[in-house]
Amino acid sequence: MSSTGGVVGLPTGEAPPAPPRESAFRRALLPLSFLAPALLLLFVWVVYPMLATMYRSLFNDRGTEFVWLDNYELIFTEERLQTALKNNALWVLIVPAAVTAVGLVFAVLTERIVWSTAFKISVFMPLAISAFAVGVIWRIMYQQDPDRGAINAGIAAIQGEFGSEGVLSQASPSTDDLTGSIEQGFELDRTVQPGGVALLGLTAIRVPEIPEDAVQAVQPEPLQGGITGVVWRDFKPGGGTSGEVEQDELGLPGVTVELRDSSGDTVDDTKTETNGTFAFDEVEGGEYRIAVASTTFAEPFGGVNWLGDKLITPAIMFAFIWFQAGFAMVITAAGLASIPRDTLEAARTDGASEWQVFRRITIPLLAPVLTVVFVTQIIGVLKLFDLILSIAPGSTQDEAATLAFVQWQVAFSGQNRFGLGAAIATFILILFIPFLIVNIRRFRADTT
Amino acid sequence: MTKRRFILLALLVGVLAFLAAGCGGDDDEAGGTGGGTTEEGGGEAVSGNISVLAVWTGAEGEAFQAVLDGFKEENPDVTVAYKSASEPATVLSTAVEGGNPPDIAALPQPGFMTDFAERGALKPITFATDAIKEGYSQSWLDLGSVDGELYGLFFKGANKSTVWYNAAAFEDAGVEPPADWDAFLEAGDTLKASGVTPYSIGGADGWTLTDLFENIYLRTAGPEKYDQLTKHEIPWTDASVNEALTEMGKVLQSDNIAGGTSSALQTDFPTSVTQVFADPPKAAQVLEGDFVGGVIADETTAEPDTGFNVYAFPEINDSGPVVMGGGDVMVMFKDNPAARALIEYLATPEAAEIWAAKGGFSSPNKNVDTSIYPDELTQQTASELANAEVFRFDMSDLMPGAFGSDALFTLLQDFLKNPDDVEAIQTKLEAAAKSAFTS
Repeated sequence: MSSTGGVVGLPTGEAPPAPPRESAFRRALLPLSFLAPALLLLFVWVVYPMLATMYRSLFNDRGTEFVWLDNYELIFTEERLQTALKNNALWVLIVPAAVTAVGLVFAVLTERIVWSTAFKISVFMPLAISAFAVGVIWRIMYQQDPDRGAINAGIAAIQGEFGSEGVLSQASPSTDDLTGSIEQGFELDRTVQPGGVALLGLTAIRVPEIPEDAVQAVQPEPLQGGITGVVWRDFKPGGGTSGEVEQDELGLPGVTVELRDSSGDTVDDTKTETNGTFAFDEVEGGEYRIAVASTTFAEPFGGVNWLGDKLITPAIMFAFIWFQAGFAMVITAAGLASIPRDTLEAARTDGASEWQVFRRITIPLLAPVLTVVFVTQIIGVLKLFDLILSIAPGSTQDEAATLAFVQWQVAFSGQNRFGLGAAIATFILILFIPFLIVNIRRFRADTT
Repeated sequence: MTKRRFILLALLVGVLAFLAAGCGGDDDEAGGTGGGTTEEGGGEAVSGNISVLAVWTGAEGEAFQAVLDGFKEENPDVTVAYKSASEPATVLSTAVEGGNPPDIAALPQPGFMTDFAERGALKPITFATDAIKEGYSQSWLDLGSVDGELYGLFFKGANKSTVWYNAAAFEDAGVEPPADWDAFLEAGDTLKASGVTPYSIGGADGWTLTDLFENIYLRTAGPEKYDQLTKHEIPWTDASVNEALTEMGKVLQSDNIAGGTSSALQTDFPTSVTQVFADPPKAAQVLEGDFVGGVIADETTAEPDTGFNVYAFPEINDSGPVVMGGGDVMVMFKDNPAARALIEYLATPEAAEIWAAKGGFSSPNKNVDTSIYPDELTQQTASELANAEVFRFDMSDLMPGAFGSDALFTLLQDFLKNPDDVEAIQTKLEAAAKSAFTS
């Protein structure tokens, strides 16, 4: 310790016992000199940038003109910032509570199951992935096309199990004679009498979907006392003439054709041959309509539009909860482990039900831990940026935006609106302050 | 003591390095010491360290590094440090604000060049004007100038007036590559009747929509109006915009585009390409620039001619063969001899040919030997670009970022959502343009 004298630079050899005042100064100096590097770094990397940002926020975007609080006014008037404010409010209201609740449920449940460690690891695992990678994963899973997005592929698989089966998945009429849709079937506009021939031309059929046994389409001969017709792919390379059965146009086998009477009720149905022809024998006299039944078409599943403007925010929230549940669970589980067992035992001996034990003892004893989780999540949500950038496609970024995201958008994505960017950053800092105070208070309470 | 030792050590290392460099040089000229280098360059030998920043990574990064190696061969005393950044504009504006930009950077949008030049961050490259004039048409010099002063050299170009198609789908439908707009729309209907969706749109990336709009507008309204709209001298509510958007709306109808409207809005550009060459194809053709060829080669198994092919974006109302395109512009943030030498080098056809031979590159320099491009399709698109009679730069890249790469993207995405409401989008476009061009 004799070297401390060297630090202050005083001759130590002949110094009399130090007076109390100087010793206090010295005593303060030692910790200060140890703290100095940290304080310096803190100033350079935290305090100075913070103050510089606040100062910058009072200038215009080029930094040439002092504009007072104009940038802050923009936060509340610009459309995308209004969306961002609304989104931020939703995030704060829903997500921290949800993460805490999910974490609590998982923590309590894992106490009671056999493979609890394996379960805990699998819930905790997402936390080991960087937030941006989490976003990329979910972006791919949320794709609308069932061929690309895992979630819609799952839904499509389940629907396929129970959905209708048909020979075709899409088609449209080749002429205006046919009307309807694949949901209702296509009906011939004009009526047909016994002895008549119905031509039902369809187009927009994918080549791989043409049934393998299909052969050249044939226009059938009229049938005495019956109705005949053909359903065919009214298309050949180059287009062909619509409404005419031509060479190189294939019949569509296996198509269900309905015979409907004048009131629209189906009186008979049949299936087409390999050349597309069909026939209803022995039809009573009268006016009939012919239709391609909707059962011909397997209902296509277009996929849920997870990344569209309606569902994008809930979709990102879900990814966030998946991502953070492990953190909440581990912290809560640690809190649970420290609850004195005898208190729980005492309650049970007194006849409390498991729910009462959970509600009246576990939760109150866990409250401090749950608050930590909750406040941490609020802070995480307020600064949320990476998941939005990586999950929302360009077309719905504005609908999904939070303040931190807009801050990046306006300042750094090429718009160079540094004044507004600095103002948003400062505004986010102000939003943080109450939660920082809560955390510091709690920290003080813990240490005393 | 220790300090002195350190200096000694540093000196020793320096001397060793110097010796090693000397040994590595030409053995024949070993006697001639330093004088040799000045002679072989023909002019004064430049030396120094320069830094270059660009967006290119992966194969593109390696190709650009090969170009820099070519420069290094001619100027052995210059050390070039190349750094890539996925968002050069972000990195550069922060670096400029902080006073530490690289010597040279490639900007993907000349709008940023104008921005930086107006902020006084760029140095003019007028020293290279004559060298550039030799290989580039006047339109490229105009594009590289801000207020009449030359600031940028277009090293890499892109021909965005191309349509890439699935050759098998065209054959199944009996469709030939159309030469004009009516034939183009008719081919779309025939493709649809054959069971293939005609167009693939990468609507999650707004720029694919601006490219489509610009191609149509350049043809329906003509180059003069195109320039005026670029500078916002005519409003977006103009009748010419209405006409172009109406034509564009015919393409964007939900049953014309792969997956329908909502799926197209979340299809990014690479997917919009790959799904055209998937089995079965989700669409017959993708309306994007020459760089589609690289994506097809990298991410699909389609072969040229039999699997995929390309045709020039069709004429509209006898607009003639016009090309809309883009490019990366090299700008100089610091003026020093080494940086000047690199700019001059990049203006030569030899520099461009190094990358051209590796593929995925089109040079706007018309002295580049087109036979050096690795395949016929690139030769076709690259010579269309370098020799275009009417060439116009991608409009959105020339506009203020807040409009050209933000509001225009989102509003054209809104238009994709509802392609029949032309007037409403025009009004919104005009409002956004007004605020972006005046701020």
